[in-house]
Amino acid sequence: MTQAFAIEAKGLIKQFDSVRAVDGVDLAVPTGRIYGVLGPNGAGKTTTLRMLLGIIDPDEGERTLLGYSQPLKAASQVGYLPEERGLYPTMNAREAIAFMGALRGLPLAEGRRRADRLLEEHGLGAAVRRPIRTLSKGMAQTVQILGTIVHGPRLIVLDEPFSGLDALNQGRLEALIRAQVAAGATILFSTHVIAHAERLCERIAIIVGGRVRFEGGVDEARGRMQPLVTLVTRQQDGPWREALPADARQEGRSWIFELPPQGIEPLLARLIAGEAGIEALSIERPGLHDAFVDIVGAAVASAMDQPEEGQ
Amino acid sequence: MNANLRAALVIARRDYVASVWSRAFVLFLLGPLIPIIFGITFGSVGAKMQQSEPPVIAIIAPPETGRALLEARMSATGALGDFIPRFTLVEPVGDSARQAGTMLAKGEATAVLSGLPDAATLHGSRSALASYGARIEWLINEVERSRAIEKAGLKPPVVHLARAPAKDVARPLQADRTVLARAAQLLLLFLTMILSGLLLSNLLEEKSSKVIEILAAAVPVDAIFMGKLIGMLGMSLTGIAIWSLAAFGTVAVVAPDFVLNMVAPAVGWPGFILLCVVYFIASYLLLGALFLGIGGQAASVREVQTLSMPLTFGQLIVFGFATAVIDAPNGLPALLASIFPWSSPYAMIARGALRDEWWPHLLAIAWYVVAVTAIIRIGARMFRRSVLKSGGRGGLRRWLSRRSSRTA
Repeated sequence: MTQAFAIEAKGLIKQFDSVRAVDGVDLAVPTGRIYGVLGPNGAGKTTTLRMLLGIIDPDEGERTLLGYSQPLKAASQVGYLPEERGLYPTMNAREAIAFMGALRGLPLAEGRRRADRLLEEHGLGAAVRRPIRTLSKGMAQTVQILGTIVHGPRLIVLDEPFSGLDALNQGRLEALIRAQVAAGATILFSTHVIAHAERLCERIAIIVGGRVRFEGGVDEARGRMQPLVTLVTRQQDGPWREALPADARQEGRSWIFELPPQGIEPLLARLIAGEAGIEALSIERPGLHDAFVDIVGAAVASAMDQPEEGQ
Repeated sequence: MNANLRAALVIARRDYVASVWSRAFVLFLLGPLIPIIFGITFGSVGAKMQQSEPPVIAIIAPPETGRALLEARMSATGALGDFIPRFTLVEPVGDSARQAGTMLAKGEATAVLSGLPDAATLHGSRSALASYGARIEWLINEVERSRAIEKAGLKPPVVHLARAPAKDVARPLQADRTVLARAAQLLLLFLTMILSGLLLSNLLEEKSSKVIEILAAAVPVDAIFMGKLIGMLGMSLTGIAIWSLAAFGTVAVVAPDFVLNMVAPAVGWPGFILLCVVYFIASYLLLGALFLGIGGQAASVREVQTLSMPLTFGQLIVFGFATAVIDAPNGLPALLASIFPWSSPYAMIARGALRDEWWPHLLAIAWYVVAVTAIIRIGARMFRRSVLKSGGRGGLRRWLSRRSSRTA
């Protein structure tokens, strides 16, 4: 039984004391895709994920997880990496992975077998019998990620999976996520780093202040903005200047402006006819970061760019 | 198998292995030895102190008068043991009342006897007079009686008592069973208090290591609770089994008569032991579920420690309530104690020692199933509300943290 959407949520609301952490969130995560929830710290991402997973119940609104309106019923087909990583410090790596699988219905013996294989595959073969407390933070995190996927979940939910990982391990995690998707899993992850969402996701939801400000494809988000044209000419002036859009601004010798709706060709014809002498011409699609600034404003976007140590 | 039950068993297994397969468990097993060693040490010190200070009664009298009393005491001691304290003879010097006063003030005797025989007077503290007055009086009269008989030239016949041991003797059953009932109640209280107290801090491990999020995402909170209870119950039963074997083995070797002479409880030994196990499980689960629910609200070890004292006192009050059963197993207080879930196991184990009907036990066990289920639900809900929300704090936990931040 495969649904078109692995997760659907409508109008989720959660109030903590006087703070409304989530204020009417709608989400639809298509099956078999990588879906990102993007937003600054404290935007309500974690609370949203916890409601989707059934760890807490929403005050209002509905959600279905793999078709179940009670998310815990789908537990055996779901993997979850919480934002605050947690393993029993005295368990060894193999037992920790098998335990996490067993919680979701994988027999312990099978869990141990898979744990050995997974640890071996991810360069932790020597750590199989080492207690978690003797592992480095990055190793412990890898163990936890392996425990999240050991039972072969159809849906994997990762809360800030890249935080705390160095560039090498971030790359490995990206590869692992792509491999899971290739094997048919659906991925939902939250992040406050725009670059991660841009690299991995097909669809995103941008959450700020407990509300979804944008939901759709990454291309769609970027498509909200016209591509930017950067032009450098040998001649500084000439009749061709009239063909430039009125809002074109000059930075040094470069002219920068949004691509006109009729395309670049009419301008190009005037430049050639006017012998402006084109030295450089580029048309660049805006990045997700630009789209993000456009959607939520520069203030929120600059808060997102804070280094990770803050969290 | 039901998915929730299977998940609960996974959690139970983890807790059981983590607590039993650890070095700390050895210390845990040795724990009950500490009060026993203390008891023996202080018991023997106390006994020595008593030996070193036996009561002495000084007799101010001429030697021949005093000696008659001394001899009478010796012969009475043969039959009555230490019924009359040791005597010491003192020569009269001047006024005997003043002499007695001086001796008592210097602590040379517990009491002083003077004025024998016609104006016989015992000097001493009120408690000494209360303890020994009647005995000394009896002894003096005994001496006078013998002297009078001797003067009259009479020879009363001496009777020797023949002893005929019987094989089959009915024992004072109910009294012994009362002792058994009290012992069983105390043992149950002791074990429940020690072992269920561990549950108060049990969820702290998951909270501090953040594993709780992993558990709560995979398993309903009810199943986490159930798993924790089962795991720690298993650990407790393991401990009790080891303690029981050790205790039984020691007693069987050191004092085999004690085992042979123990009175059988009303429901018989096998039934009673079964009931002990069942009622321990019941009281453990009832109290443990409550502790787990309350302890789940605590954020730190310090909060758990603060909480544990009122809970312990509450338990003692409930226990006192349950002792009503021993005096009147069918009275109203006993009935109420048997119905109130937390006192019921204590009340029912006493009943098992005193009465031989089985149906009340079956009824009680059915009632515990309902009560344990309900209390787990309530505890889980408390936990869910207060702990599993990321930012906020609720209920007891909020109250606790407000208090502690005020006192900090």
